[in-house]
Amino acid sequence: MSAIATPAAEFQKHALTLAAAQSATIAQHNNSPAWMTTLREQGAADFARTPWPGRKTEQWKYTSLQSLQDFVAADWGAALVPAAGHEAVTTGSAVSSALLSFDATRLVFVDGVFDARASDALPSGMTLFSLADDAASKIIADNLGRVAGSVDAARRNLFSMLNNAWTRDGLLVHLPRSVTLEKPLYIAHVSSAAPANTEATVANQRVLVVMEEGSSAQIVEHYIASTPGQAAFVNALTEIQLGNNASLHHTRLNMEDEALSHVGAVHLNLQRDARFHGFTIAEGSRLKRIDYQMNHCGQGAELNLDGVYLARNKQLVDYHTTIEHRVPNGTSKEVFRGIIGDKARAVFNGRIHIHKDAQKTLAELNNRNLLTSNSAEIDTKPELEIYADDVRCAHGATISQLDETALYYLQSRGISPAQARVMLSFGFINELLQGLPHEDIKTALGTHLSALFAADRAFVSDGDVRDAAESA
Amino acid sequence: MLEINKLNAQVEDKQILHDLSLNIKAGEVHAIMGPNGSGKSTLGNVLTGRDGYEVLSGDITFNGKNLLDMGIEERAREGMFLAFQYPVEIPGVSNMEFLKAAVDARRKHQGLEELSSFDFMKLARDTSKNVSLDPSFLKRGVNEGFSGGEKKRNEIMQMMLLEPSLCILDETDSGLDIDALQVVASGVNAMRNSERSFIVVTHYQRLLDFIVPDYVHVLAGGKIVKSGDKELARELEAKGYGWLEGEVA
Ligand SMILES: Nc1ncnc2c1ncn2[C@@H]1O[C@H](COP(=O)(O)OP(=O)(O)OP(=O)(O)O)[C@@H](O)[C@H]1O
Ligand SMILES: [Mg+2]
Repeated sequence: MSAIATPAAEFQKHALTLAAAQSATIAQHNNSPAWMTTLREQGAADFARTPWPGRKTEQWKYTSLQSLQDFVAADWGAALVPAAGHEAVTTGSAVSSALLSFDATRLVFVDGVFDARASDALPSGMTLFSLADDAASKIIADNLGRVAGSVDAARRNLFSMLNNAWTRDGLLVHLPRSVTLEKPLYIAHVSSAAPANTEATVANQRVLVVMEEGSSAQIVEHYIASTPGQAAFVNALTEIQLGNNASLHHTRLNMEDEALSHVGAVHLNLQRDARFHGFTIAEGSRLKRIDYQMNHCGQGAELNLDGVYLARNKQLVDYHTTIEHRVPNGTSKEVFRGIIGDKARAVFNGRIHIHKDAQKTLAELNNRNLLTSNSAEIDTKPELEIYADDVRCAHGATISQLDETALYYLQSRGISPAQARVMLSFGFINELLQGLPHEDIKTALGTHLSALFAADRAFVSDGDVRDAAESA
Repeated sequence: MLEINKLNAQVEDKQILHDLSLNIKAGEVHAIMGPNGSGKSTLGNVLTGRDGYEVLSGDITFNGKNLLDMGIEERAREGMFLAFQYPVEIPGVSNMEFLKAAVDARRKHQGLEELSSFDFMKLARDTSKNVSLDPSFLKRGVNEGFSGGEKKRNEIMQMMLLEPSLCILDETDSGLDIDALQVVASGVNAMRNSERSFIVVTHYQRLLDFIVPDYVHVLAGGKIVKSGDKELARELEAKGYGWLEGEVA
C-alpha cells in the first residue's frame, strides 16, 4: 500500500470517514435495525477494497471522476452526520414548485431521509428501512443486493457499495401477490441545501421495490436539488424485484442542475413473464452517471427502457445499461436518444449479454444522437455478447440529423426555419416522452422541456454541425 | 394571381421543366394532367421553393410579387399552399402544435392577432370534422401512422385552416376511396371563390367530375403540350397521352 494520498484515495478516505461518523451517530441513537448496521459495514469494507476507477477501468473509460475528486476539497465531512431528528427543509418554495403535481401518492425524501410533513401517509406495504418490523426486515434482507450480487466481480458498481455504506434510511415498496397499486407512487428525492458552515451536501438515496406475483404498479422517481447551483453529491440506488407476471412502469427523472454530481443506479430482476416499462431522463450537470443493471431471471419477461439525455455547456451525462438474458424467451427493447450541445459530452454504453441458454431471446437496442455543436461529443457503444445461437438481436447507434424533408414540409406551411428546427429537435426526444404512461407527467415534462428548447439553442440542431461530426 | 413565364428548372443537374408558361387568374381552377415523371410534382416544388429545385431561367409572379425572391416560408405566408403528393410523417411533433404554428405564422404575416390556444383548438376540431378526420388525430404526431387517405385529408385540413390564395393539390385524389374523394372535393369546392385559385394535379378524370376545372393542361416532358377546357380531360381519359406524342416532341 502506497502512503501517497492521491486525490482518488482522498475521496475514498473522505467517504469512509463519513460512513464511520454516521455509524457512530446511529449507534449512539440506537435506532437502526441490525441488518442495516451489517449492510453499512459490508458496504464500507467492499468500497474500501475496490480500486478507484481510472482511465483504464472499462466501466469508467469515458467518464472522469475528477469532479468528485474536486468535490473532496469542499467541506462536506461534517455535513452528513445526521442529527437525531432530521430537519425537514422541503417547505421551501423552490422545492414545492419543482415537484410535479399529479394524482399520486407522494413521498418526499430529503437527503435520503423521509420527510413526513411533505409526504402523504405511507400506504400499506410501504415501510421505511429504519422502521422496518420483523416481516419487513425479512423482505429487505431477502432482496437487498440481489442484483449487485449477481454481477461479475470486475463489473460491480463501486457506488452501489458506497450507497450501502452510507445507508441511513430507505424506502421499501412491497406489493404482495396480485395487488395493484391504485395510484401511482411519486417519490421525490430532494438533496438539501448545504447546512451552515459547510460548502456542499451529500445525499444517499435508496429504494427497494419488491413486487410479488401478478402485482402491478406505477412508480415515478424524481431527483430534485432544493437550491439551484448548490454543490452536492448524490448517490442513488433503486433495486427492483419483479416476481412472476408482475408489471411495473418505472419513470426516473433526473434533472438536477449544473453544480450537482449524481451517480445513480437501477438494479432490476425480472422473473417469469414479468413486464418492466422504464423511462429515464437526465439533464446533464458536472457529472451524471446512471447505470441500469437488468436481469432476465425467468422466461418470457418483457423489458422496455426508453431513455433521453440532454447535455449542454460543459456538462456530462453517462448512461451505462446492461441486460443479462440468462433464460430463454426473454424480450428486451432499449431506445435511447440524446441531444448534446456546446462543449458537453455524453456517453451511452448499452451492453446486452445473451447467455448460452437464453434461446429465442429478442433484444433490440437503438441509440440516436443529435450533436448541435462542433465541440459536443458523444461516445456511444453497443456491446453485444451473444452465446446462444437462436436469438434475434438488433442494435444501432448513430449520429442523426434533422430530416430535411420534414424541415421543408414545416417551412412550406409558413413556419420559419429556426422554429422548424426547434420543433424537430424537440420532436426527436418528444417521441419517447409520448410513451409515458401518464398524461400528467407527459404534460409536466413536455412543458418543462419545450421551454428549455425554446430558450436555449444548445438543444437545437442547426444542420451543418452534424455533417461535420459524422464525417469526422 | 400566378404568372409563370418561360420557366426552365433543373434537379440535380437534370433539366426537368422546359420553357413552361402558365397564367392563372384569381378564382380559376386549373387541372394539370400528364404521364408519370413529366414534371408535375417538380412544378409544385419549384413554386414552393424547395431546396435542390433550381430555376435556370424564366420568372414567376405571385400576387404581383416576384416569387423567386421569396423563401419557402415566405411564399406560404403570402398564400401559397401545396398539398403534398406524399405528406411527410413527423413523429414527436404533434399535429395540433404544427397546425397552430402554421396558422400563427400566416396570421402574423397578415397583421392579424394570434388565436388563443382555446380558440385555435376549437377551430382545429371543427375543421377536422369537416374533413371527416377524428379530432384525436390532432394529438398524434404529424401524419404519424396515418393511412394514405388520412394523410390526404390532413392536407386538406391544413389548407382550410391556412386559407391560402393559391392551392396546389398534387394528386390529392390518388389512393382515396370514393367517400374520401368526396370529402376532399367538397372541401375544395367549399373554398372556391372569386379570390382563390387552384392547381389540381391528377391522373384521373374522376376527381374532375367533382372539382370542375376551368382549364385543363397536359404536361409532358416538362412542358405544357396542350391546354383546353374540361372536355380535354375526358378525351385524355378515353385516349391516353399517346395521341399527343407529336406535340410532345
Ligand atoms: N429530387 C429529385 N432528384 C432527382 N430527380 C428528381 C427529383 N425530383 C424529381 N426528379 C425527376 O424529375 C422528373 C419529374 O419528376 P416529377 O416528380 O416532377 O414527376 P411527376 O409528373 O410528378 O410524376 P408522377 O405522376 O409519377 O407523380 C422525374 O424524372 C424524376 O425522377
Ligand atoms: Mg408527382
